[in-house]
Amino acid sequence: MTGTTSGSRLQLPRYVLTDPALRTPVAYADYRSTALRAPLRTPVDLPHRLTEVTGPLLGEDRVLPQDADLTLRRGGEALGQRIVVYGRVLDSDGRPVPDALVEVWQANAAGRYRHVVDNWPAPLDPHFDGLGRVVTDSVGRYEFLTIRPGAYPWGNHHNAWRPAHIHFSLFGRAFTQRLVTQMYFPDDPLFGQDPIFNAIPAAARHRAISRYDLERTQDNWALAFEWDIVLRGTDQTPFETDDDGDVA
Amino acid sequence: MTLDPLDVPPDPTTPFQPRSGRRGTGFLTEPLRLGTTPSATVGPYLAIGLTWPDGAWAAAEGTGGGIWIRGRVFDGAGDLVPDAMVETWQADPDGGFPSPEDPRGASSYPGFRGYARVQTIDPPGEFGLFTLKPGRVPDGEGGLQAPHIDVSLFARGLLDRVVTRIYFADEAEANAEDAVLKGLPEDRRQTLIATPTDDGYRLDVHLQGDRETVFFAV
Ligand SMILES: [Fe+3]
Repeated sequence: MTGTTSGSRLQLPRYVLTDPALRTPVAYADYRSTALRAPLRTPVDLPHRLTEVTGPLLGEDRVLPQDADLTLRRGGEALGQRIVVYGRVLDSDGRPVPDALVEVWQANAAGRYRHVVDNWPAPLDPHFDGLGRVVTDSVGRYEFLTIRPGAYPWGNHHNAWRPAHIHFSLFGRAFTQRLVTQMYFPDDPLFGQDPIFNAIPAAARHRAISRYDLERTQDNWALAFEWDIVLRGTDQTPFETDDDGDVA
Repeated sequence: MTLDPLDVPPDPTTPFQPRSGRRGTGFLTEPLRLGTTPSATVGPYLAIGLTWPDGAWAAAEGTGGGIWIRGRVFDGAGDLVPDAMVETWQADPDGGFPSPEDPRGASSYPGFRGYARVQTIDPPGEFGLFTLKPGRVPDGEGGLQAPHIDVSLFARGLLDRVVTRIYFADEAEANAEDAVLKGLPEDRRQTLIATPTDDGYRLDVHLQGDRETVFFAV
């Protein structure tokens, strides 16, 4: 995929830019916290050099097998609707992203996070901490067992409720591919008034919504939702060869 | 909001080149290239999912020649941002990367991870990470870049990460030759340059305002 040194020139992959009309903007007026935080100046284009096309190797040593099961923590079972959340991590030219670290965090079934800043009157669950980690397999697949998170109020506007969601953090192979996002559930009636969901351009919103998957439900045990995650891919240029016929 | 199978996003502006023979998934809603998943804010509870006990150590504790890079993050009102996450990625002192994506081959500099992840929780608004000063890295076109660290900053109130770089004030000669720095007006350039301290360097990040940090589109 990548080239090798040719004199002082390097052939580097070019990561394609997502059309701005299909990307979440950094700022969105209806999401009030962006007003004082999102930079106001136009970002400067940074060409993709070695630092941008490489990235850290963060794999198996950061993850334990039990990190994929959020329903069994602190010696007991979490309350709520058990769900399997699974899918593939791909890049935009369709290649799976293997050995990629996937980190998730979420509210409990009542919509409460185990975090000091979250003190709205919904109960904590002693057996749910809301943290999951896995590494994708050789064909980019990931899978968690968790409970369906509740919606929660957040004070952005009058009677504002976040639609149920799971936070996802992903590394691909390169700095350019880094992604933090949120996965939603199909047909949530709270989508209409949520500025974090609606900040996503309309044509790309479906990509943030998981699909109910009857096939993967576990009989008498858990429902299932499928969600594929697509990271930026490369604009693959043909390899050049030098006089010796070696790939240069 | 349900999926409308006829609401097809526009194709990429560049013509599709079927180099790989891959033609998308075949679903109505997918263009020939798969659409990337849209980003979302980390929100206020990122500490649940993204805290690492060893996050600050881009170089292992005790590595010779290690430096602390510290700084603060400010919002547009001049207030400290107490719930941001700063991630860094950089070359080792020889200019290599511990990444198989480096076309020169992955480097393995002793004790060096090259990546740090820290939050601005304690003290509020401040971050600190331990690393080695990066060497100069080829720019891929026959020149060298000045020593630099790529930075991603995530926070509640940012719907996507923002990206910046850290350069070093005591690398004046290299900085003067750096293509990225050269492209910036002098006063803007200064927002990227960390100043030496007793045990490393310091650079504050201003998300907005007169001293708004230079952020990059990558
Ligand atoms: Fe949330």
